[in-house]
Amino acid sequence: MTRYIVRRSLWVIVLLFAVSFLTFVVFYLFPSADPALLRAGRSPSTERVEAIRQQLGLDRAWPLQFLDYLKSLVLHFDLGYSFHNDVPIKEAIFERLPATISVALGALVVWLVAGIGVGIISATRPGSRLDRLAMGGALVAISAPVYWLGLVSMYLFASDIGVLPILPGQATYVPLTEDPAGWFGSLILPWLVLASAYAAIYARLVRSTMLETLSQDYIRTARAKGLRERRVVMRHGLRGAITPVVTAAGLDLGIVLGGSILVETVFNIPGIGRQAFEAIGQADLPMIQGTVLFGALFIVVANLVVDILYAWLDPRVRY
Amino acid sequence: MSPRPLLEVDDLRVSFATEDGVVRAVDGVSYALAPGRTLGIVGESGSGKTVSSLSVMGLTRARNTRISGSIRLDGRELVTASDEELRRIRGNDVAMIFQDPLSSLHPFFRIGDQLVEAVRAHRDVSKREALDRAVELLELVGIPDARRRAQGYPHELSGGMRQRVMIAMALVNDPRLLIADEPTTALDVTVQAQILQLLGRLQAERGMAIVLITHDLGIVAELADDVAVMYAGRIVEQAPTATIFTAPEHPYTWGLLGSIPRLERPRGDDLVAIAGRPPSLINPPSGCRFHPRCPYVREAHRRVEPVLEPVPRDPRHLAACLLDAATRRELWRALEAGAAPDEARRAAGLSDEAPAAAAPEPAT
Repeated sequence: MTRYIVRRSLWVIVLLFAVSFLTFVVFYLFPSADPALLRAGRSPSTERVEAIRQQLGLDRAWPLQFLDYLKSLVLHFDLGYSFHNDVPIKEAIFERLPATISVALGALVVWLVAGIGVGIISATRPGSRLDRLAMGGALVAISAPVYWLGLVSMYLFASDIGVLPILPGQATYVPLTEDPAGWFGSLILPWLVLASAYAAIYARLVRSTMLETLSQDYIRTARAKGLRERRVVMRHGLRGAITPVVTAAGLDLGIVLGGSILVETVFNIPGIGRQAFEAIGQADLPMIQGTVLFGALFIVVANLVVDILYAWLDPRVRY
Repeated sequence: MSPRPLLEVDDLRVSFATEDGVVRAVDGVSYALAPGRTLGIVGESGSGKTVSSLSVMGLTRARNTRISGSIRLDGRELVTASDEELRRIRGNDVAMIFQDPLSSLHPFFRIGDQLVEAVRAHRDVSKREALDRAVELLELVGIPDARRRAQGYPHELSGGMRQRVMIAMALVNDPRLLIADEPTTALDVTVQAQILQLLGRLQAERGMAIVLITHDLGIVAELADDVAVMYAGRIVEQAPTATIFTAPEHPYTWGLLGSIPRLERPRGDDLVAIAGRPPSLINPPSGCRFHPRCPYVREAHRRVEPVLEPVPRDPRHLAACLLDAATRRELWRALEAGAAPDEARRAAGLSDEAPAAAAPEPAT
């Protein structure tokens, strides 16, 4: 097990290296705005642009830039400075990470509770009216684009523009440490919006794995033992059906931790998703690199955690 | 006669509504079982032997299922009992073991926990006490180092050990009736014998009744006091075990017996398979349900339904066959001597009406 984790961790490093290399290549190979020109302001002199270019190190060949970048990253865990405003990337990201983590974890809780709940209800009465209603609703939720859902939810409920102004709308995010109640209130709509499609997918996933589990012989055994139906479903059934759900939840959490650009943009939440989005507009390579690296890190770590969890969830699995 | 029956099943009918039509899985089954006795229920897949027994446990209840008739346990009616009453009986008065012990044990729960849960479903005891009881039972069924094994998972055990765990779990609340559904089918032959011996020993020690469901007449011979042969949802023959082997009355039973390899027969002798396939339970054959596959079928058998009734001179031997008793005896005598069905037919003086019988069933 330890050997497995060590081996996987080494792979994480290789992967992150590949990701940052690709980001560099893509940035330089495909048309992008000139960061120096963007920074220089309105109608700058050629000398000024050149000076900025030198200052940012953009006059050197990109492979050399990449090596420099790697060197400071590996030796000092230094992600460099923004092309746009010289702030250290690491600090900028750490400053915005709490908002993204708040959005991601809250949404995870919402979609797990809703998805597993609806999935179980559907699986225990397949073909019933309730089941068909739930699965129809799930289809709608999967199909609705996040930005659309976000805007509609604000038109309906946001305190400034809503028809039924009961919840804080966009740009109301405050850090948890400053105002817990305000933090919670401002995130209710983003959580619901981000979670809706996931909840729908999870409801369908739970329904199908639960249906399969409930037809297993060991469920018949549980009933034959005289267990209450509730215990049969919630303990024996859910325990048998939960493994793929945990797997999917780990991977999806990794993805949303990397920043949910749409939700953060629609609700104007200062997270790393929006940060990445802004950085692309500013041709701010170090910021793009930083956010991409963090996003990739979350995903590969989530993968690793899921694989370890898997062995813990299923005693038959050995690495 | 025998003591008051523990289990009385009377005209039990179980049908499932499916998309293709109503499946009459059990269609008028009656039997009684006294404490300490073993009834073997024999038949092909789909003969209703498992469904009839699951119904005793209330495990066939579902929205698409209709159950009628009567199942009485110690005089208590189970068909009309509430779900909660049945739950109290399951695993407590009546326990069940299944064919495949690996898939029948929860793969993610420790063996001990699965037994503890069975105890605590019916007894208000602490986990500690329940675990002691579980270990006691695991030892009883011959699991070495039971206390440590209880901490393990089912996949760490061999097939025979898993079935022992299933048996321990079934017996943990001292049931008076054990339903064993193909308990040895998934096991190696040597392990089969051990499990059957174990069941026999436990039954002798505890005086519980056993319903043994199997397609294997060899297992019946080993364990059962009486045998009921099921075909297409009905009992077609029922008798004490020895009688089934020495003087079977129903052509289907003859077929089952003929499909067992025997050492005393020369190797060259063909095993006689029963021609055709088990019938559809949505549209069962008219008349005698076995008639499409019966080598001795008469024209009238396609219209008249046989009744399960005592054979002459043996009130404990029931058969549902339209052939007259004398013809049946002659047929069996010829078959026992090694004759093929058509030779037996000639020996018994039956005309050759039969070929139509071998014709394939019309496609449904």
